[in-house]
Amino acid sequence: MSSTPAAAIHVGHAEHHELGFIRTYIFSTDHKMIARQFLFLALFMMSIGGLMAMLMRWELAWPETAVPFMHWVPEPYMYDGAIPPNTYNSMFTMHATIMIFFVVMPILVGCYGNFLIPLMIGARDMAFPVLNMLSFWVGAVAGVIMLSSFFVSGGPAAAGWTSYAPLSAVPVYTGVDWGQNLWCISLIVLGVSSLMGSINYITTTINMRTKGMTFFRLPLVVWSLFITAILLLLALPVLTTALALLLFDRLAGTHFFLPAGGGEPLLWQHLFWFFGHPEVYIMILPGMGIASELIATFSRKPIFGYRAMAYAMASIAFLSWVVWGHHMFQSGMNPALGSGFMITTMIIGVPSAIKTFNWLGTIYKGDIHYTTAMMNGLAFVAMFVIGGLSGIFMACTPVDMFIHDTYFIVAHIHYVLFGGSLFAIFGAIVYWFPKMFGRMMNETLGKIHFWITFIAFNCTFFPMHILGMNGHMRRIYNPLQYDFLKPIQPINVFISISAFVLGAAQFILLANIIWSLAKGKKAEDNPWHANTLEWTTHTPVGHGNWDGPLPVVYHGPYEYSSPLTTDDYLPQNVEVTGKAAVAH
Amino acid sequence: MIEHFWLPEGISTYSPRIDFLFTLIFWITAVVWALVTIAMVVFMVKYRTRPGRKATYIEGNPRLEVLWTTATAVILIALALLSRSTWANIKEQGPPGDVFYKVTAKQFNWEITYPGPDGKLGTADDVTVENDFHVPVNKVVRFELQSKDVIHSFFVPWIRLKQDAVPGRIIHVWFEVTKTGQWEIPCAELCGFGHSGMKGTLYVQSQADFEKWLKDKYSQK
Repeated sequence: MSSTPAAAIHVGHAEHHELGFIRTYIFSTDHKMIARQFLFLALFMMSIGGLMAMLMRWELAWPETAVPFMHWVPEPYMYDGAIPPNTYNSMFTMHATIMIFFVVMPILVGCYGNFLIPLMIGARDMAFPVLNMLSFWVGAVAGVIMLSSFFVSGGPAAAGWTSYAPLSAVPVYTGVDWGQNLWCISLIVLGVSSLMGSINYITTTINMRTKGMTFFRLPLVVWSLFITAILLLLALPVLTTALALLLFDRLAGTHFFLPAGGGEPLLWQHLFWFFGHPEVYIMILPGMGIASELIATFSRKPIFGYRAMAYAMASIAFLSWVVWGHHMFQSGMNPALGSGFMITTMIIGVPSAIKTFNWLGTIYKGDIHYTTAMMNGLAFVAMFVIGGLSGIFMACTPVDMFIHDTYFIVAHIHYVLFGGSLFAIFGAIVYWFPKMFGRMMNETLGKIHFWITFIAFNCTFFPMHILGMNGHMRRIYNPLQYDFLKPIQPINVFISISAFVLGAAQFILLANIIWSLAKGKKAEDNPWHANTLEWTTHTPVGHGNWDGPLPVVYHGPYEYSSPLTTDDYLPQNVEVTGKAAVAH
Repeated sequence: MIEHFWLPEGISTYSPRIDFLFTLIFWITAVVWALVTIAMVVFMVKYRTRPGRKATYIEGNPRLEVLWTTATAVILIALALLSRSTWANIKEQGPPGDVFYKVTAKQFNWEITYPGPDGKLGTADDVTVENDFHVPVNKVVRFELQSKDVIHSFFVPWIRLKQDAVPGRIIHVWFEVTKTGQWEIPCAELCGFGHSGMKGTLYVQSQADFEKWLKDKYSQK
């Protein structure tokens, strides 16, 4: 249960000596500062990843024409604003790499994992604060390495974020030399950062829960981050291994993935997807956790089926290890294996469905407050449903034979990763902004951002299903090279225009963040009347998180509208006399 | 435009089976989506906050959990079992072949090798043509798919066939087309800077036309 020794050691931090600028803002060991650092790093990277997406959409709508405002980009990256094929390949490679490894993971795991775990379990900091600081700075170094690959001769990696060998293993196949090497090195370094983070999260969650905070009183977002940390700990080393082998093939003349020397191209795919599928859930589980917090808080109701929700996440995590082959149905892997992976993949749909029904159960008979955070949380559920259902098409091996490697897959991944994870992130930014920065975000700007994003998102990604049903391949740079794609080109134009609106809408978010940081309304300690422990301390949160002794927990995190109180919320640290202790 | 909002024409013996599964999944997911979305919207409107409103304290319902877990599992596993035979038929066994080829992918072309007058692949009279894949209609076409450099993917949308070509492996593929005509064969797996635009053409001909084309080709050699 609680860890009194560790807590006692940290009590001293509360009345702390003043730290200098560098120790406070740069090499900080405070989990809250590290969380902010991850957030700003990721938002910066998001602007780069987003720009890549805009350029790609221009190319797909109006192939081989000059992109406006891009004449300044030197050859051979662009020719007077026009994008050559290899640059296009680099763009989708870097778009996915940046968005996955430097945006979604740093925000969900790096930022919210860091910020929420100690505050929600009632700990003064992470178990290993120095390791935590290192995790951020190693991650930042990985980011710098990744960005530096834009400036080496041959350009950045162009073999897709999946970097299938042998395309990625021999420089001459892509024409990319050090770009691909730096891509490997950056992700190996990032793997180190993730390992340091995940060990910290696991140790902290197991050992540093405050008195009364049993596992089944943990908020679901902590459950999700804890499970995610376990996945990270187990999955990242597999990627690191694969990347090391790839680097050896490229630099040391080995033939792990090259058939000419007895190697096996499919080995890369097995290793990559053995990491890659848990990775998909690493990016969605924290989103599910965040959505659960938002939906319960703003429905003023307990989460429906709390234990089912926790078990569902645990089963998703477990099953995520036995579904990787569904990325490889058409790869030349033994087709009999495909049938096995089809069954496991169908089964992993079950816990996802359980979660969806429980979210619906949560808003049922609620008292729903439509804050910006709640709207983003509900959008997460609505979009995740579409992304989940479209996954069934791919799980079915014969249907996958047709839609594999088409825009149907692109639509699916974006419904899960943008419609899912990113809407959860938007909700989380608004919801925890007051605790993180001491000010409220502007609700009007927030709602404008939400509606434009929500509509433009669907106009961008839903029609991609139709492209995919027409056989439109992914990763092609000019659809007009194919007679059968010419008639559906207007859909590409529509998608691109929607994507530009979607991209432009993110400036509203940026403006809201900047404006609110400077001028936002000062936040109360518990502006949302929420139950979880982070709202029981002062805003802004001081070093050591609570001024006095650590809070003691008396019940679960979702006692909203409980018959035991007249208020519609009951913070976890408030003891209700009578039946309360027995009931919960 | 509206005719493009569904699957393109299917021309192979197995395309109807794949389209059946696609359509089945489409209706299942459409109904589930509609039910979930309607429930969500109804709840969102009905239970919006108003002055004096208080949420009902409900922690869950184990019976419902069991119900929706079982229902989802039954539907999904049934789908998998239903798909299994179609998959096995297309990718595992398939019927014996009538005509045989070797297809070799390379950056950025499809090399189609015809067996030559002796009807045997791997002999001196084989004829190799770039990107032109001529096959007779209503015959089982079998080919060995290979790659010389990186991974490519042989894709004919109207046949509903996709199969990666992997260097170092020989992969056996079959199809039977039931309609004459010309169709594009794009590469579906990223294969380098020339990936976009890597395509061949599938010519499905009557037996007579096919034999005539083959004879001309062999005599040119």
